Amino acid sequence: MTNSSDCGTEALPGLRHALLSDPGRRWPMTAAGAWILPFLGLALAVAMLGSLCIGAYPVAFTKVVRILLTLALPAPFGPDPTWTDAELAAVQVIRLPRVLLAMLAGAGLGLSGAALQGMMRNPLVGPDLIGISSGAACGGILAILLDWPPWGLLAAAFAGGLVALLAAWTLAGLSRGGGVLPFILAGVVVAAFFTAMHGLIQYTADPENKLPAMVYWLIGSFAGATSDKVAILAPPVLGAGGVLLLLRWRINLLSLGELDAAALGIRGSGLRWAIIALVSLIVAAQVTVSGIVGWVGLIVPHFARMIAGPDHRRLLPAAALIGATFLLVMDDIARTLAQQELPIGVLTAGVGTPVFAILFWRLQVRGWSHE
Amino acid sequence: MNDPAVVLSGVGHAYRPGRWVFRQCTASVGRGRVLAVLGPNGRGKTTLLRLILGTMRPTEGAVAILGQAGFVPQLFQVGFDYPVLDMVLMGRARRIGLLAQPSARDEAAALAALDRFGLVDLARRPFHELSGGQRQMVIFARALASEPEILILDEPTSALDLKNQALVLDWIRRLSHNDGLTVIFTTHHPHHALEIADDALLMLGESQFACGAAAEMLNEDHLYALYGLPLRRLSFEHGGEMIETLAPVLRIEPRAKTPG
Repeated sequence: MTNSSDCGTEALPGLRHALLSDPGRRWPMTAAGAWILPFLGLALAVAMLGSLCIGAYPVAFTKVVRILLTLALPAPFGPDPTWTDAELAAVQVIRLPRVLLAMLAGAGLGLSGAALQGMMRNPLVGPDLIGISSGAACGGILAILLDWPPWGLLAAAFAGGLVALLAAWTLAGLSRGGGVLPFILAGVVVAAFFTAMHGLIQYTADPENKLPAMVYWLIGSFAGATSDKVAILAPPVLGAGGVLLLLRWRINLLSLGELDAAALGIRGSGLRWAIIALVSLIVAAQVTVSGIVGWVGLIVPHFARMIAGPDHRRLLPAAALIGATFLLVMDDIARTLAQQELPIGVLTAGVGTPVFAILFWRLQVRGWSHE
Repeated sequence: MNDPAVVLSGVGHAYRPGRWVFRQCTASVGRGRVLAVLGPNGRGKTTLLRLILGTMRPTEGAVAILGQAGFVPQLFQVGFDYPVLDMVLMGRARRIGLLAQPSARDEAAALAALDRFGLVDLARRPFHELSGGQRQMVIFARALASEPEILILDEPTSALDLKNQALVLDWIRRLSHNDGLTVIFTTHHPHHALEIADDALLMLGESQFACGAAAEMLNEDHLYALYGLPLRRLSFEHGGEMIETLAPVLRIEPRAKTPG
């Protein structure tokens, strides 16, 4: 047995001094990197307030702040005569649900991508690339075809996402070598299958009513944001996302690989399935309320890793904050860039594909673990 | 022999039905002793370690491990470029709850484990930037951070230069003698086993084993049976101390020509 005094806390002050005096390259951890999450939180708050200000009907920043304070704490602030009913409606009814929806979707996708990439030790994994989004979308349009209520649509989208992920994992497991490429290829195959299913379902749908609803839903947009949709998305993102955050150090262990993790006493398979279920729930809920918003879950974790380092204790919250900010800004661009609103799925794909190409190039040149 | 720390009773393993890696392995390791496991490639040394660790179940027989084990794998694949301290912290996994995060005490334990190997200055460095010897020491520290009673090492010197090999062997000896750890390690170097092991388990054939005191087991006949190469046991004086070692004769005897 190791002498317990060797691992006691009494040795800590001297060791900490040695750490602080280390001149080598360090990841931004502990005291040195403590500013990262507050900074990202602040950036998100600024983006949120800015998003509430801008639009076809601009509202002053101070009015937005006062409206939010009044909504949150009506008693001390009370009604403020400085804003008009139109300004209140723009902020409270139109923009706030949309901003909350974009933030929740972005946070959920960033968190899901970071958890999946960590768990699978795979830099090219994202919820949309490996078929989860396609599976969820397939379940969703099936629910539209069958006239299911919103919660039925959520359940169908969740089931579709889970089936897609299980199929990709099973297909990848059939390959002898394992590793990154088989999983990506399996995801591409599964996504292609579910895309074909989309086509089949759309082909059979009523072209007057259901087909436009399906196409509009699939293309990805926050334009139809309502407080009901926020109520659908918030519990999965906050609940499942909260559990993922609690599991964030375990994801470090899972990223070692199955055998190494087992040698450390981690029975990984149950934990992996739990993470898959949580991710599927988040992605399915996101697809349910805003359609397929691609690439966010793939590229946001890479940005987060560059800023916060590879430790999932910091990476997961950073990915959630960056994802929320990113999607919020993308949505602002979508609704303000042109006269007619752009689908956000198109914008994120426009940003995501070149970023993915750069990541792939880096992977070939340097190896992704040195990101 | 001391109280046993690990007992193998007729253990065997087959990855596919009927394709035995080995079978009927019976041995025990006394508490605080160092056991070297030797055998040619493919005889099942790593499989045996995994059975002892409990990461695989034996196809036949039973493994009893009486204490918590730490493991130093032969190959350590790191998916992400974690800092050294985070790598060592992972050794605390058994002591941290499923939804909990490492505490200050866990971090202190990881730092202290690094400090034992003189690596605390590297704690914030990315693991990939370290040399092979430093990485091996970090993985050693990770195993020790779990405060194990039994340390299991899979070919701990296989990727190291001579000086680092000596360093690792010295650490194994110190952990056993000073800390009372039971150590089980596999090796392709019989002279390493002779240098530091109390006992040796030779995996001679699928169900043929020799287990006992290292000085007795590591004789020229056993080692010829093990590797198909002659090894000579040599003694010489160095610094006033008698050194006993084994030297292989790296000559492949020509096969007899087949007639016609």
